Amino acid sequence: MMMTRSRLAGFVPPLISLLLAAAVSAVVILALGEDPLNIGRVMFSGSLGSLRSIANTLEEATPLIFTGLCVAVAMKCGLFNIGGEGQLVVGAFAAAWVGVKLTGLDPVSHVVICIAVAGMAGAMWALIAGVLKARFGAHEVINTIMLNYVAFIVTNYLVNLAYFKKPGQIPQTEDVAGTALLPRLDFIYTYTRLNLGFILAVLAVIVVFLILERSKLGFEIRSVGLNPLASRASGISVVSNTIIAMAIGGFLAGLGGAERVLGVHKHFISPFPFGYGFAGIAVALLGRNKPFGVLLAAIFFGALASGGAQVDMETRVPRELVTVIQAIVIIFVACEYLVTKMGIRIRGVATSE
Amino acid sequence: MNEFLSVFSVSLFLATIRKSVPLIFASTGGFFSERAGVINIGLEGMMLFGAFSGAIISVFTHNPWLGVLGAAIVGGLVGYLHAIATITLRANQIISGVAINMLGVGGTIFLCQVCVSGERSFSLGPADRLPVWGSFIPLVYMAFLVVGLAYVFSYFTVPGLRLRAVGEHPRAADTQGIDVNRTRFFAVVMSGVCAGLGGAYLPFFSGSFAKNMTSGQGFIALAALIFGKWNPLGAMAASLLFGFADALQETLQGRGGLPPQIFQVIPYVLTIVALAGVIGRSVGPAAVGKHYRREEKD
Repeated sequence: MMMTRSRLAGFVPPLISLLLAAAVSAVVILALGEDPLNIGRVMFSGSLGSLRSIANTLEEATPLIFTGLCVAVAMKCGLFNIGGEGQLVVGAFAAAWVGVKLTGLDPVSHVVICIAVAGMAGAMWALIAGVLKARFGAHEVINTIMLNYVAFIVTNYLVNLAYFKKPGQIPQTEDVAGTALLPRLDFIYTYTRLNLGFILAVLAVIVVFLILERSKLGFEIRSVGLNPLASRASGISVVSNTIIAMAIGGFLAGLGGAERVLGVHKHFISPFPFGYGFAGIAVALLGRNKPFGVLLAAIFFGALASGGAQVDMETRVPRELVTVIQAIVIIFVACEYLVTKMGIRIRGVATSE
Repeated sequence: MNEFLSVFSVSLFLATIRKSVPLIFASTGGFFSERAGVINIGLEGMMLFGAFSGAIISVFTHNPWLGVLGAAIVGGLVGYLHAIATITLRANQIISGVAINMLGVGGTIFLCQVCVSGERSFSLGPADRLPVWGSFIPLVYMAFLVVGLAYVFSYFTVPGLRLRAVGEHPRAADTQGIDVNRTRFFAVVMSGVCAGLGGAYLPFFSGSFAKNMTSGQGFIALAALIFGKWNPLGAMAASLLFGFADALQETLQGRGGLPPQIFQVIPYVLTIVALAGVIGRSVGPAAVGKHYRREEKD
């Protein structure tokens, strides 16, 4: 009983933050001379109003599930991996490489190989920051930021090489072989870009949950995150858990890149669509670094994105409203102190009555 | 060999300065905030707000100096937001910085579309642009002036010493009667002012505002700060080095030889190397990233 109550209480601060963010967004929309209720209605119909909208929402959510998990796993180990952006791009390039160049395979093994290579590439990229942190104590935040840009530049270089580049002006690879494509879930909606990657993302949520909450490795990772000194004293290696947590995160972000290439774009293009990694931070934050929380938060941000696209089409409000709302949500969720203080005040009023 | 040397010309020198100015402003901004103990990865967002507000104000008023002033004020306000979030409301400094960057990207495009009816870029008319003094617009000279002031302020004045003390050992500073959080507030707002000016340089130099025009320079400024060992003169030198790499890359473009990406990657790789301690370890202020609460034990 106590257990469920405290579980429920965990949802309260994010919900209060969302309400505050909605209020601020409404003020912004009012300032534009638009009706917030109308925008909300369009937002809803664009995100959940039809099968097509729902499919769009889940499609937008898929990479965010991967990058959100990426941030959450590192965070459980006390690390700030804001390199999801670069790890995803490296994974996307690797998926395109193997998807284009490897031919003559059956669909199942080709997809599996592409995804595995993408994950490994993301993991290797994250490993650089992990090793630098574990061996030299170099701040992972700065290093992952720097590695994001290194990833953009290196993949930009590679995609311009004659070996990879599709003839023409645009720096992009050829489309991946048909055997490497993730099948679209078009039984939901004919023209959807929602693909098997979403199912993989949900599986990843379950696997990460099992690793973090039900395995020895997860226990060690969380222990290092809570108290590295006590962990070391009780024989848990801070160095190897730091490296492993970064690598798992990178692997997940790399899978996100594979999903974008094999399920949506079919090729790698430079610059690769930007922002999934940073949005992953928002997702992890809103989902309180819990795997199922990440799933819900990613779907919420996916809904914002697909609803925002609808708002952009139907009203004068530009789609960047969504980025602004995301930022406001992050600020309020991050200012937990404010929200818990408000929560205490509300509870205080309730008990004094 | 002559071919190689011919690259090093006056124009390369001028281009180096021009590329460095936004980095110099923003890394000085980063200096203030981080030396006072507040991580500022929101420099990019602050620069974007500075770029937009500087450009839009001078387009509407036809007074570029008001644009510069506005960029500084708006940058300072964004800094103020970071300060309220991280100091008053004890938000995680990195998360707040990420949010400010998102706000910068989304907010400036959003405002741009609102102010310039649906456009994601706009140009400055001849009356809206800063005059050219010698070879540069005035902001170039201001950048070096700001570095000098920041250096003198932080190493030769009492408030500057206090600012650094608050970033190294806030409790010791507190026992000396220094108001830790007020000092940090000042530092973070200053950080925003500098970053805003750095952002404003971009539209005044190029003559137009375009979405996302900082394109990661806030992060390069952060790299310059770290590579320059959290010192304003070091950060300036690093900014000049990174600006030089960028200018060289543009000069060499189309001449064959080295791919431009090698020059683009230099700031990031050097920073990673410097942090790992391979060439002269770069160590930040001791209390950076930590909230200070008087009532709690360290």
